[in-house]
Amino acid sequence: MSSTRPRLATAWLGGCSGCHMSFLDLDERLFDLAAAADVLFSPVVDAKTIPPEIDITLIEGAVANEDNLELLKHLRERSRFLIAFGDCAVTGNVTALRNLAGGPMLVLARSYRDESNLQPQIPTELPVIPPLVDRVVPIHQVVQVDFHMPGCPPHPDLIWYCVTELLAGRVPNLTGKWKFG
Amino acid sequence: MVKKVLIDPVTRIEGHAKITLHLNDDGRVAEARFHVTEFRGFEKFCEGRSFREMPAITSRICGICPVSHLLCSAKTGDGLLAVTPPPAAVLLRRIMNLGQIIQSHALSFFHLSGPDLMLGFGAPPTQRSIFGLIEKRPEFARDGIRLRKFGQQVIERLGGKRIHTAWATPGGVTDPLSEENRQAILTDLETADAIITRTLTAYKEMLPRLQAEVNAFGQFPSLFLSLVTPEGNWEHHHGMVRVGDATGQVLATFHEREYARYLGEAVEPWSYLKFPYFKEAGYPQGAYRVGPLARLNLCRRIGTPRADAELIEFRQRCGAVATSSFHYHYARLVEILAAVEWLKVHLDDPRTMDRRVQAEADLNANEAVGVSEAPRGTLFHHYTVDDHGLLTRVNLLIATGQNNLPMQWTIRQIADHFLRGPELTDEMLNRMEAGIRAFDPCLSCSTHAFGAMPLHVQLVGSDGKVIAERYRGGGE
Ligand code: SF4
Repeated sequence: MSSTRPRLATAWLGGCSGCHMSFLDLDERLFDLAAAADVLFSPVVDAKTIPPEIDITLIEGAVANEDNLELLKHLRERSRFLIAFGDCAVTGNVTALRNLAGGPMLVLARSYRDESNLQPQIPTELPVIPPLVDRVVPIHQVVQVDFHMPGCPPHPDLIWYCVTELLAGRVPNLTGKWKFG
Repeated sequence: MVKKVLIDPVTRIEGHAKITLHLNDDGRVAEARFHVTEFRGFEKFCEGRSFREMPAITSRICGICPVSHLLCSAKTGDGLLAVTPPPAAVLLRRIMNLGQIIQSHALSFFHLSGPDLMLGFGAPPTQRSIFGLIEKRPEFARDGIRLRKFGQQVIERLGGKRIHTAWATPGGVTDPLSEENRQAILTDLETADAIITRTLTAYKEMLPRLQAEVNAFGQFPSLFLSLVTPEGNWEHHHGMVRVGDATGQVLATFHEREYARYLGEAVEPWSYLKFPYFKEAGYPQGAYRVGPLARLNLCRRIGTPRADAELIEFRQRCGAVATSSFHYHYARLVEILAAVEWLKVHLDDPRTMDRRVQAEADLNANEAVGVSEAPRGTLFHHYTVDDHGLLTRVNLLIATGQNNLPMQWTIRQIADHFLRGPELTDEMLNRMEAGIRAFDPCLSCSTHAFGAMPLHVQLVGSDGKVIAERYRGGGE
């Protein structure tokens, strides 16, 4: 893999992986992508380290725990273009419904301290288990975002359009091309 | 002196699942733990919402198997309405689930485990991905992409959307299948059939060379759980829940509404993923495996001619009850063929095209349990609602959770087998990941680290000093 080829990364914060599945729904276009760029860091590749410089990073999911927060900041530092990939990253979406239930401890208690469980307790082995952030937030509340790509998930055609425009050195024009949900 | 190895898929960077190994003085493994570090809280935040919203909300638990949650939630809704959906709706739901089994199994086998199987566990890490396969084994990669696409298109042709369709609802489905889409699926079915046929042949040729993996990747007796038909045959959407043991003995057969009598969940302080177990056998001895391996072990027959022939061969090669978790891969391929054959049966069934697909009713019950086989195992939804249909309690028993203890044991076995003192090679680490990958954990149902888990391994002495360290992934 030559170092002059464009470098892509994708990451997965508090989401359902559906945006990544929509990325894989590029189907045969994955061959074209492989011919045009290197996907260096992603849940679907054996990423070794976050590369020092990335051209395009797609971020799926909202910020839901401390690990999400840190990964997002690292990727922002190293990426030329950072894209909020899907509704969870753009608005918080379903992941942020947790905010309506009243804080992490209440939500954790319902799942783990419920008396129907054997050994009811809230898992706490830090730092193996990352603490939840108090409020789930979309990624633009933490870092500067260059493009928002809505959709739950975004359609593969939209993903393909945005990525190929950026690879061609153009700014994707999303007018009329996107929708939430 | 107890040493501790922390295998951490990117501690501060990604960290949705981690592994720790505790070593004795002689370098042998004293304890192995697989930690799931993601938590989203659906059981709490769904309280107060209408059960009619649940198919659309719970499908957002997982983008890999959204159809499982969609269908399971719709079935739980059927129970709250106390209706039986029209026959066409039931057949169409089955067709969508078969499409999902194909796409999800293809993703697991080709995209995620394919690099290990085709390029080797010790292949350069930069090649171990679908993109490495595209470069090194383009025909294999293309087969995987096409097969997954076929399954996704079955879902799209029914529900209008590949991921997160809201097509199944309490009482049935929103739209019947058009003749045009039926024809399209039947046409593409031939390609899917050709791909799975040649993949099964190739895999069976490869299997004798994978004996070390068969012996070390989670080879142990355990209980198994899956749905079966009333006759005891392969089932993925209705039927009874069955628990059997490694000798082939049936321990229990029950209706899903009785699940809480038979199945308990334990909590451990070191994982967000709970530990379900079969109550009669206790915890942790009552751990059981779910998914393709369990379904093939527990069924008498699959019910279609070619898949049944493959099932017989599977049992000859792997044992009457296959006890190695590595055989999940093989079982997955047999199930893809089963799904291809069953799709044809259902698409040729005239009842499938009936226009009546929705039973109309108001709320008639305050509590219901739904069940469906997700590609990676049995899924239960349990709702309690008030008289307005607003949820007062939600319990979700998710497939991957039920494999939690067996995944712990698998890691332990691989570490016992391949770890020799403080030498932590990349290949050894990849084998640990591959052991987890064989279960096809839908970690987004609980965590995110699917596919390649980047690792950070530390071998720590009892004095807290790092003896050896390796990074695989992360931002360091
Ligand atoms: S935007 Fe939708 S598809 Fe993407 S992660 Fe969120 S819920 Fe899943």
